[in-house]
Amino acid sequence: MKAAAFAYTRATSVDNALELLAVHGERARVLSGGQSLIPAMNLRLVAPEMVVDIGALAELRGIAIRGDTLLIGAATRHADLLTSSDIATCVPLLAAAAAHIAHPAIRNRGTVGGSLAQADPASELPACMLALGATIVVRGPGGERRIAAEDFFTGIYETQLAAQDLLVAIELPIAGKGSAHFFQEFARRHGDYAITGLAAQAVLDGAAFADLRLGYFAVGDKPVLAKAAARLTGVTMTSSVLAEAGDALSRELDPHEDQEATPAMRRHLAKVLLARCVASLLNRPDLHTGGQA
Amino acid sequence: MSSIRVNPDGLSVLDRPNSYIGKTVPRPNLDRLLQGRGLYVSDIELPRMAHVVFLRSPHAHAKIVSVDAVTAKEMPGVIAVVTGKELGAVITPWVGVLSHLKGLKSAPQSAIAVDRVCWQGEAVAAIVATSRAAAEDAAEHVAVAYQELEAVTDMRTALDPATPVIHASLGDNLAFERVHDAGAVDQAFAVSDAVVEADFIFGRHTGVTLEPRAVVADWNAAEARLTIYQGTQAPHMVQNIAALHLGLREAQVRVVCKDVGGSFGIKVHIYADEMATYALSKLLRRPIKFVADRVESFNTDIHARDHRCKGKIGVKRDGTITAFEIDDLTGIGPYSMYPRTSAIEANQVVNLVGGPYTSKNYRARARVVFQNKNVMCQYRAVGHPIACSVTEGLVDLAARKIGMDPLEIRRRNLIADDAYPCASPSGLRFEQLSHHASLDKIVAMMGYDALRAEQATLRKEGIHRGIGIASFIEVTNPSAAFYGVGGAKISSQDGVAVRLDAQGSVICQTSITEQGQGSESLTAQIVGSVLGVSMDRVRVILGDTDVTPYGGGTWASRGAGIGGEAALQATKILRKNILDVAAVILQSTPAELDIVNNAIVNVSDGASRIELNELARIVYFRPDTLPPGIQPELMATKHFVPREYPFAFTNGVQAAWVEVDTETGFVKLLRHWVVEDCGTIINPQLVDEQIRGGVVQGLGAALFEKCIYDERGQLTNANMADYLVPMSGEMPDIDIGHVVSPTRESELGAKGAGEAGTAGAAAAVTNAVNDALSPFGTIITEIPLTPQVILTALGKI
Repeated sequence: MKAAAFAYTRATSVDNALELLAVHGERARVLSGGQSLIPAMNLRLVAPEMVVDIGALAELRGIAIRGDTLLIGAATRHADLLTSSDIATCVPLLAAAAAHIAHPAIRNRGTVGGSLAQADPASELPACMLALGATIVVRGPGGERRIAAEDFFTGIYETQLAAQDLLVAIELPIAGKGSAHFFQEFARRHGDYAITGLAAQAVLDGAAFADLRLGYFAVGDKPVLAKAAARLTGVTMTSSVLAEAGDALSRELDPHEDQEATPAMRRHLAKVLLARCVASLLNRPDLHTGGQA
Repeated sequence: MSSIRVNPDGLSVLDRPNSYIGKTVPRPNLDRLLQGRGLYVSDIELPRMAHVVFLRSPHAHAKIVSVDAVTAKEMPGVIAVVTGKELGAVITPWVGVLSHLKGLKSAPQSAIAVDRVCWQGEAVAAIVATSRAAAEDAAEHVAVAYQELEAVTDMRTALDPATPVIHASLGDNLAFERVHDAGAVDQAFAVSDAVVEADFIFGRHTGVTLEPRAVVADWNAAEARLTIYQGTQAPHMVQNIAALHLGLREAQVRVVCKDVGGSFGIKVHIYADEMATYALSKLLRRPIKFVADRVESFNTDIHARDHRCKGKIGVKRDGTITAFEIDDLTGIGPYSMYPRTSAIEANQVVNLVGGPYTSKNYRARARVVFQNKNVMCQYRAVGHPIACSVTEGLVDLAARKIGMDPLEIRRRNLIADDAYPCASPSGLRFEQLSHHASLDKIVAMMGYDALRAEQATLRKEGIHRGIGIASFIEVTNPSAAFYGVGGAKISSQDGVAVRLDAQGSVICQTSITEQGQGSESLTAQIVGSVLGVSMDRVRVILGDTDVTPYGGGTWASRGAGIGGEAALQATKILRKNILDVAAVILQSTPAELDIVNNAIVNVSDGASRIELNELARIVYFRPDTLPPGIQPELMATKHFVPREYPFAFTNGVQAAWVEVDTETGFVKLLRHWVVEDCGTIINPQLVDEQIRGGVVQGLGAALFEKCIYDERGQLTNANMADYLVPMSGEMPDIDIGHVVSPTRESELGAKGAGEAGTAGAAAAVTNAVNDALSPFGTIITEIPLTPQVILTALGKI
């Protein structure tokens, strides 16, 4: 379990990093927090010739409010999401999700941009980006691109990022009045990748949803913004409305099979999450299914 | 802590005023380990040391057509690429059988596969280089041509005529079969009011030591000696085996075992890659280091527990259990492991089922079959979790069938605490157990009635909680009956040498080993207590065949009971020798003197007469001042092995309190209790933490751990992300209580405690989950209890 030999460069600026990526292209990999790349290299699943380390780039790190948008630098650590007051106020969903990302040691090094660029379909942040309507800011040889989260994730470990691109920031609309969020995932152990998870962002209008965005993860090859959410907005919530939405969700999802769950189990758990999400956001314990465990 | 039998001899050598026995004292090795001064095998660097990487088979079963290492040999840093055939020049193959396991058969196994690989992960070539990374680089350029063979993976069809025979010379895939029939089973079932059957399924899992297996082998051609640095539980066993297969005398092999990062039975075996490392050192005449990486640990560290066991129980309406019957099947991989064999776990299952109960009617069959998966062998609590899960699962099913509380059926059937000595229907002899005292204690600890009330209340709210109880017995302090009688050169006795140094401190060499459980501490506690010196004056040396007395090591819950008694007896002699010379110096008699707090004192008034360091000064430097003919012996050695009982059985009971989310299939462990009886407790904290650690490994089996093979024999989750070890976030509080029934086989009275936690944890959890699910009319007898298994059982998916 020793990585194959590789060259290493610590980028001195974003421009420098982009120059290095332009030169090395597919042969290079960007090192951010290293929580996915380094294990993969040690297992020799990947063997880049050049590692471009962006860990020292302060310009990529930080959380800031710009008008009605929250800006998160790509190299911002997961742990920062848990401690930032701006996150807690403007996009509390991210703080709720970050608590489920692996363990403290990993959260202390892993970065938001790294997680999004890695695009593991079972990871939390890509689904949050869908639920929050995020914009992913990318810089590449042709300049800056701003890509909607819904378009950014294209498949398992696949995104719109090209080999010469660097993900530099994430823009998020700041949660307004009536906003509410829900985050839950089913994982065998704390910190594991989820079997199925849901990141939801809602706008409440009295006892109903004015808007509801359901970002499911670990239900296929990329995070899913569930269309079934439309059945739950602007209606009086009843158990039959919820059941119909659950059935629609089941039809909509095309989950994968792995050692933890069959597609049927993932569909089932997605429906359970839907019910618990609605029960929680609308404060309707009667809609909650099952126990507490 | 309650004692159901007091020591009849009154004040023993352990009850002295400054005794450390029964006290939680810090381990002597803590500072060293916490300051990073531990010495693990991977810390060892020797001049000219090279690193070996094993190229391992990607196939479960294949013929090796050719190995082309021409390119690899030319790569930077590469010293040698060695095939199995080439290594065969310096090391002979072995066969993992023991004569007392009648009919057990296995095929010759080589250090590196020759001609054929039999499991995914078996080594096909060794790449030796100046660094591990260089060796891994070269390994990618060794081209092996395989011709795939059909893999035998399902134990249920391994004996079918249509299934290929893995080793043609053996005739079939049956490694071992044992049949046992005691009492009148058919008659007992016939007169039962109810007979219940169930199929119990146990996932294959493994030990996952924090420190992987590691070896540095150093053949010194000038001395014609091989020094093996290895994290092993049995240094003298390694010495014997290495010498045997390398054509050396044991005196030519030294095994040094420094710090070990966890063993759990994983490191009590002889692995092919370790043998290959010894042989490579001899072949290449230089030190060779092998450190398993995590992937190869999963693929080559022994697996365990892959059993399918049909169970049957008969019960009368009054709760009397009439009979047990089992039919156990297990698949052990392509070879019986060396030298302890892979038949022991199934043999233990036959031995242990029904063990806590009075029923004398018991029929059992166990079959052990070969398959093309990694080898299986003894892991913590060998066979116990299976026997306990089957027994306790059946007892709960019987109770449910006749509408009796699980506690009540146990009270009516557990062997009475005053019925000892007695024997089990499988012939196990029990000296003194305490099932009823243990059960009473755990009922009080857990507040059983209150939990039942809480369960009923919450059930109305749709919250499903359950209580599971599991009584168990545990094999500890094994005598020669375990391995020695079968022909294995695995010592069942242990030795301890103690000596007073020139400043009145004590040096103690023991043949038991330390893998984190506290062998060093318990030895120092015993020596300090018996001698009358403070623990900080006792230095314990373990793990070096050149230095320590000959002995078995630390496994099968034997360190404290056997090695501890040897320490006690050796120290008693040293104490007598010291008092003899003290009496001469002080013109007194030994009977009038004692050793307390590092000084000779009067028995009568406790007055200090002479410090030990002064006594040592006189003995070592001014013997001329002693009377003629006095030759003090300030060093003593004693060995100990149990002779009366083949095993010192312990007993205990565990209870689990769980909540099942019936929508998601997730189980939450709310609380866990253990009461166990390991006899004399030397260090309560060490015992309790051993129990807790054991429970956690049992909970891992219950809910998380499983080596998942596909139908082609590929291990598909050989990493720490996909193989789920239990972690603190999911663990409940674990409360420990004790009943103390010392064994009379030794003056110390200690029995083993290392495996009790693992023995019963999964059984308690499974029973608790089934209790929680009782409103749904479903019974699950398969572990691990994954959400998928539970949701399927509930018909949710």
